[in-house]
Amino acid sequence: MQNPLLVQYLPILLFLGIAIVVSGAAVGLSWVLAVHKPDSEKVSAYECGFDAFSDARAKFDVRYYLVAILFIIFDLEVAFLFPWAISLGDIGTFGFWSMVVFLGVLTVGFIYEWKKGALEWE
Amino acid sequence: MYEAIAFYGFSAILLLAAVLVIVSRNPVHSVLWLILAFFNAAGLFVLLGAEFVAMILVIVYVGAVAVLFLFVVMMLDVDLSELRAGFAQYLPLGVLIGVVLLVELIFFVISGWTLGPALKSAIVAAAPDAAQVSNTRAIGRLLYTDYVFVFQGAGMVLLVAMIGAIVLTLRQRPGVRKQNIAAQVSRQRGDTVTLHKVETGAGA
Repeated sequence: MQNPLLVQYLPILLFLGIAIVVSGAAVGLSWVLAVHKPDSEKVSAYECGFDAFSDARAKFDVRYYLVAILFIIFDLEVAFLFPWAISLGDIGTFGFWSMVVFLGVLTVGFIYEWKKGALEWE
Repeated sequence: MYEAIAFYGFSAILLLAAVLVIVSRNPVHSVLWLILAFFNAAGLFVLLGAEFVAMILVIVYVGAVAVLFLFVVMMLDVDLSELRAGFAQYLPLGVLIGVVLLVELIFFVISGWTLGPALKSAIVAAAPDAAQVSNTRAIGRLLYTDYVFVFQGAGMVLLVAMIGAIVLTLRQRPGVRKQNIAAQVSRQRGDTVTLHKVETGAGA
C-alpha cells in the first residue's frame, strides 16, 4: 500500500475483519456447540406469555414515513454543509451566499412543514 | 497488492449482496442485503480515494434511505402470494427495462475501453492532486461556485420533495384533542377562579 490515504483506512479494515470474525464466531459456535432440541412450544412466538394476537407484519402508520423522509431531506442539507464549511476560505463571498440561498430555500420548506403541523404527532 | 485484495473482496460482496437483494423472498431481507451492498460500495469509493462520497453513502444511504425503505416495506401489506401473482404480467416490461439497462452498460464499458486513454487523461486533468487537496475540500471548491445552478437545483428538488411528502401523506385526524401549551401557560388565576362571599347558613 503506497497510497497514504488508504493507509489511514487500514485500522478500519482491520476492525472490519475482527468484527466479522467475532460475530461469525458468536453465531457459529452457538450453532455448532449448543444443544438443539426444538419443540412446538419452544419455537412458537413469545408475547408476554399469551398467544400472539396477530401477525407481526402489520401495516405501519404512514406518519413514520413522513418523519423519515423529512429526516432524509435535512440529513442531505447537512451533508451539503460539510464541503462548504471546509472550503469556505477558498470559495469566497459568492460561495457563502450560494449556501445561504440554498439554506433559505430549505427554510421556506421548513416553515411550511411547521405551519402545516407535519412535525406534530397527533 | 492489498488494494487489489480489498477491491475484489468489496466487489464480490457487493455483487453477491446485489443479487440477493433481487432474489430474497422477504422484502425486509432484501433491504438488509441492500444495506450490505451500500457498505461495500462505500468501501470501493474509499479505494478510489473518494472519501467524502463514501462517508455520505454511509450516512445518507445506510442511515436514512435504508430506514425509509424499511418503513416502505413495512407499510406495504406484504402478501407474498399476491406479489407473485403479478409476476408473469410484469415480466415483459421488466425484461425490456433490464435489457435496455444492460445494453447501456455494455455500451458504456465498450466506450470506456475504446476511449480509455483519452478519458483517463481528461479525468486526471480535472481532479486536483489528492496529496495536496483533500477530497472534501476539492468538492467544496467546485460545487458552490462553478456548479451553483446544479447546487441550487438540488435545493429546489429537496424543497419539492419536502412539500410533496407533506401534501401526499399528512392527514389531520379530526376530533383529536391537542395540548395547547401557550394557552395553558398564559392562563391567569382570574380567568378560572372566582371567590364568592357566602353568608353563614345561606350556602346551598
